Amino acid sequence: MNRNLKKYFPLFVLPTLAAFTIAFLIPFLLGIYLSFTKFTTVNDASFVGIDNYIKAFQNHDFLNALWFTTRFVVVSVLTINIFAFAVALLLTRGKRGTNVFRTIFFMPNLIGGIVLGYIWKLIINGILYRYGVTLTYSENYGFWGLVVLMNWQMIGYMMIIYIAGIQNVPDDLTEAAKIDGASKWQLLRHVTLPMVMPSITICLFLTLSNSFKLFDQNLALTAGDPSKRSSMLALDIYDTFYGRNGWEGVGQAKAVVFFLIVAAIALLQLKITRKKEVES
Amino acid sequence: MKAKQKASDIIILIILFCLAVLFLAPIFIVLMNSFKGKLYISDAPFQFPSQETFSGLENYIEGIKKIKFVSAFGWSFLITVGSVLLIILLTAMTAWYITRVKSKVTNALYYLFVFSMIVPFQMVMFTMTKVANMTHLDNPIGIMLIYLGFGSGLSVFMFCGFVKSIPLEIEEASIIDGCNPVQTYFQVVLPMLKPIVITVSILNVMWIWNDYLLPYLVIGRDYKTIPIAIQYLKGGYGSIDMGAMMAMLVLAIIPIVLFYLSCQKYIIKGVTAGAVKG
Amino acid sequence: MWRAKKAVALIVTLLMTASLCSGCGSKKATEIYFLNFKPEIAQVYEDIAKDYEAETGVKVKVVTAASGTYEETLRSEVSKSDPPTIFQINGPVGYQNWKDYCVDLKDTDLYAHLTDKSLAVTEGDGVYGVPYAVEGYGIIYNQAIMNKYFEMGGVVSSMDEIKNFATLKSVVEDMQSKKADLGIDGVFASTSMASGEQWRWQTHLANLPLYYEFKDNTAYDSTVLAGLAANEINFSYSDNFRNVFDLYINNSCTDKGMLSGKSVADSMAEFALGKCAMVQNGNWAWAQINEVSGNVVSEDNIKFMPIYTGVAGEESQGLCVGTENYFAINSKVSEELQKASEDFLYWLFSSEKGKDYVVNQLGFISPFDTFTDKEKPSDPLSKEVLAWMEKDTTSVVWTFAAFPSEEFKNQFGDALLEYTQGNQDWDYVVSTVKDAWKSEKANQ
Repeated sequence: MNRNLKKYFPLFVLPTLAAFTIAFLIPFLLGIYLSFTKFTTVNDASFVGIDNYIKAFQNHDFLNALWFTTRFVVVSVLTINIFAFAVALLLTRGKRGTNVFRTIFFMPNLIGGIVLGYIWKLIINGILYRYGVTLTYSENYGFWGLVVLMNWQMIGYMMIIYIAGIQNVPDDLTEAAKIDGASKWQLLRHVTLPMVMPSITICLFLTLSNSFKLFDQNLALTAGDPSKRSSMLALDIYDTFYGRNGWEGVGQAKAVVFFLIVAAIALLQLKITRKKEVES
Repeated sequence: MKAKQKASDIIILIILFCLAVLFLAPIFIVLMNSFKGKLYISDAPFQFPSQETFSGLENYIEGIKKIKFVSAFGWSFLITVGSVLLIILLTAMTAWYITRVKSKVTNALYYLFVFSMIVPFQMVMFTMTKVANMTHLDNPIGIMLIYLGFGSGLSVFMFCGFVKSIPLEIEEASIIDGCNPVQTYFQVVLPMLKPIVITVSILNVMWIWNDYLLPYLVIGRDYKTIPIAIQYLKGGYGSIDMGAMMAMLVLAIIPIVLFYLSCQKYIIKGVTAGAVKG
Repeated sequence: MWRAKKAVALIVTLLMTASLCSGCGSKKATEIYFLNFKPEIAQVYEDIAKDYEAETGVKVKVVTAASGTYEETLRSEVSKSDPPTIFQINGPVGYQNWKDYCVDLKDTDLYAHLTDKSLAVTEGDGVYGVPYAVEGYGIIYNQAIMNKYFEMGGVVSSMDEIKNFATLKSVVEDMQSKKADLGIDGVFASTSMASGEQWRWQTHLANLPLYYEFKDNTAYDSTVLAGLAANEINFSYSDNFRNVFDLYINNSCTDKGMLSGKSVADSMAEFALGKCAMVQNGNWAWAQINEVSGNVVSEDNIKFMPIYTGVAGEESQGLCVGTENYFAINSKVSEELQKASEDFLYWLFSSEKGKDYVVNQLGFISPFDTFTDKEKPSDPLSKEVLAWMEKDTTSVVWTFAAFPSEEFKNQFGDALLEYTQGNQDWDYVVSTVKDAWKSEKANQ
C-alpha cells in the first residue's frame, strides 16, 4: 500500500504543494530576506543589515502599537473568557430555550471584522455624541470600543467551547459531590473548573491569538485615530508598509517581529497542552 | 425546594433574555438606521425612523449602485465557493498521502504545513501580493490558488488528524480488491472523511467570506468583494454616506445569518472541533 | 461517491474557466490605466474614459485611490504587472519619490501647449511632471448669510471692509455671538481632523506662515526654492497660523471634541446646508458643495476671500494660487502605452469634447493655450479664483510643494489635533513642526 501510493505524489501532493510554495513558502522566505534590506519593490532591494530592526524599535508608533496591543490582549482575554464561562454556566443550568439563546449568542462570531467595526462605530459614536466627543477623540475610547466589539464577537464562540467542556463533566461526579454536601460554589471550584481546564486552555489561546492579530476590526473602528495611537500591531505594520515612503523595509522588519511574538505564543500553547495531555 | 428551583430557573431565563437583547441590539440598530435619511444617522442612531427621517429603501438603492453590491456579492460568492472546493479536494488528498506514506519528506511537509498556521498574514502580506502579481494569479480565479496555498496549513493539519483515526484495514481491503490508490481514495477514503470535510469547509467559508486584507491587496482594485466594497464606501468617494453604509451593512449580514440559520448544527460542531484541534 | 465525482467535475470546470480568464486577462496591452488622485471627481473621469473609448476605441481604466491613500495605492499598483500608465505627482518632492517612474515629457504635445513652462516639474533638461490645473484656495463664504449679518448691524457693513485678520476676527466673533439670529450653528465649518482629512490645515493653512518665512529669505527667487533648500525652519510666523486656527476651532459649528471624526466632506456639507457661513477650501470643493442634496446655498452667493493671518501688509494679500497636480507617465510601461497615454491626455486638454469636460465638469483652470478665454470654468469658485487673480493683490505661492514629506504633514496634523483637544499647548505644536521638518529633511 505504502509503496503503491508513493508514486502518486504528483497527483496527491504536488498541486497543494505548488500553491503552498507560491502563496506561502516563497513569500515567507522573501519576507525574511527583505527585512534586512531597503526596498520599494522586490527587485530593487539593497542589503542594510539590521538597520530596519533598529529603526522599528526606535519607532514611536511601533512601540505604542505594541503597548496598546498588549493592554488590549490582556483586557479582552480576561473579559471574554469570564463572560463566556458565566454564560456557559447559565446555559447549562437553564432548561428551556437553551438552544435559542445559544444560537443568538454565537451569531456575531460569523460577521466579518470590517462589518463588525462599522456596526460598533455607529453605536459608540452615537453614545459619545451626547457627551460632545467621538470615538477618535482619544485612544482610550478606541481601546474600550475594541474591547466591547471583541467581547461581542468572541463570547459566543468561547461559550460554545465551554458548554462542550461543562457537558463533559460526568454526572455521577457532580452527584457524588452533592451527596458529600458540597455547596454550589465548592462544586464549581473543585469539580467543574478542574474538569473544564482543557477547554479553558483552548479558549485562552484562541482569544489570545485572535486579539493579538486583530486587524479588520481595528481598521474599520478607528483606523488608528487619533494620530495612530489606537493602532494595533497588525495595523501599524500595514501603515508602515504602504503609508510611508522608504519605510517598506522597516515594515517588513516589524512584520518579522510580529511573527516571532505570535509564534512564541503558539509554542507556549503547544507546550502547555502537551503537558496537560501527559498529566491526564 | 421545587419552588426555589423554579424561581432560580426564571431568574436565569430573565438574565439570558436580557443578554440576548444586548446581543441582538447592535444588529437591530443598524437595521433601523438603514431606513433613515443619511443626515439623521450619526447624530441620533438610537431614534426610530420618524415621518421626517424615514427614507424607505433609498439607502439600499443608493448603496447598491455606489458599491456595485451585486457584483461584490458575486465575487465574494465565487471566490469563497471556488476556493473552499479547491481546498477541500486537494488538501484532503495531500493529508491522506502524507499520513499514509511515511517518509522523511512527508514528515517534513507535515511540519511545514503546521508551521504555516502560526504565521500571521502581515508577515507575507507584501511579498505574497508581489508573487501573486508576478505569477498572474491576481484575478478572481488565481486568488483561489492563493487561498489554497495560504489556507492549506490548517486544512491539511485537520485532515491529517482525522485520517490518523481511520483504521488502515478498510483501505487495505480495497487494495486487495484490486483498486489503485486513486480509486481507493475516492471510493473508500473520501466518503469516510465527510464529517471533517464539513468542519474544514465551514472554517474556510467563514475565513474567506469575511477576509478583507488578502483580497484587497491581491485583486482589490479591479474586483471588490463585499468587505472591500464596504471599506471603500468610507474613503472612495471623499465622504461616508452613512445611509448607504447602514444599508450595505445589513445586506452584508443577511447572507451570513441565512447561512448560519440553515446549517447551524454543523457550524457549531465545526467551529468547536476546529478550536479543539487548532 | 457521486458527490466526489461531482466535486471533481466542478473543480475541473473551474480550472478551465481559470485558464480562459487568465487568457483574456493578459491581453490588456493597449489599455491605459489612469490612477486618479481626486475622489470627488472620480465619476467624471469614468465618463471621460467611456467617451474616449467610444471615440478612439482605446480603453481607459480609471482607478481612484480612496481619500488620503494616493501614495499608498500608487506604491502597491506601480509594482504590479499592469501598473498605472498615467499617475500624478504633487511637485518636486513627490517627483523625488517617483523619479524612477517618470518619463520625460519634453517633446509631448501637452507640454508644448503649457502656457507657463516654469510651472512644470523639471530636472536638468527633462520635464517629468506637467501641471494640469491651477487652483486657488482661501476662505469660502456664503454671501447670503453675510448680508443677513450686515443688515442686523454688524462690526462692518460689507465684505470689502474685511482686509486683515483683526477685522476678520471681530466680525467672526460678533457673528458667532449672534449665531441663533443668523440661523447658523457656527461661523466656520468643522475643522476636519480625521486622519487623511487634515490637509486643509497641515498643508494648505500651513502654507501661509511658511510662505512668509521663506519670503523673508531673500537669497532665493522663489519661496519654494528657499523651502527646498531649508534644512531647518524657525516657524517664525507660527503665531499667525495660530491666530486663524484658533478662530476656526473657537467659532465652529462643531464642538472641539467632535472634530477628530470629521471629514472634509462633512465640512462642505455643513456649508452647503447653510449651517455655517465660512469654510476654508479651494475651488475644487465646488463639486462637493454642489452634490449635497438639500443644498440651500445659491451659486451667486458662494464667494472667496483670502486667509488673513495678521501679517503686516496683508491688506494686499490674495488667495493662495498654484498647483500640486502634475501628470506623470510611467516610464516602466511599454512605449506603445506611453504614447497612448500621452494621446489621451492631449485629447483631454485639446479636443472640443475633452475641453468641455475639463471646463464644465472637472472645473479645472487649465494652464494650456488650447483653451480660449471663453473656455474658462463657469463654476462660482473657479470664477472667483480667476477674479482674484486679476485683482490688484498678490497671490500667495503654493509653498507647501517644498514640505519635506507626507510624514512631516502628518506629524504637523497630529500635533494640531492634540492642541485642538486641549492635551497640548501651542508650544508643543511649534516644536513638533520644527523637529519634524528637521528630521524629515535629514531622512531625504
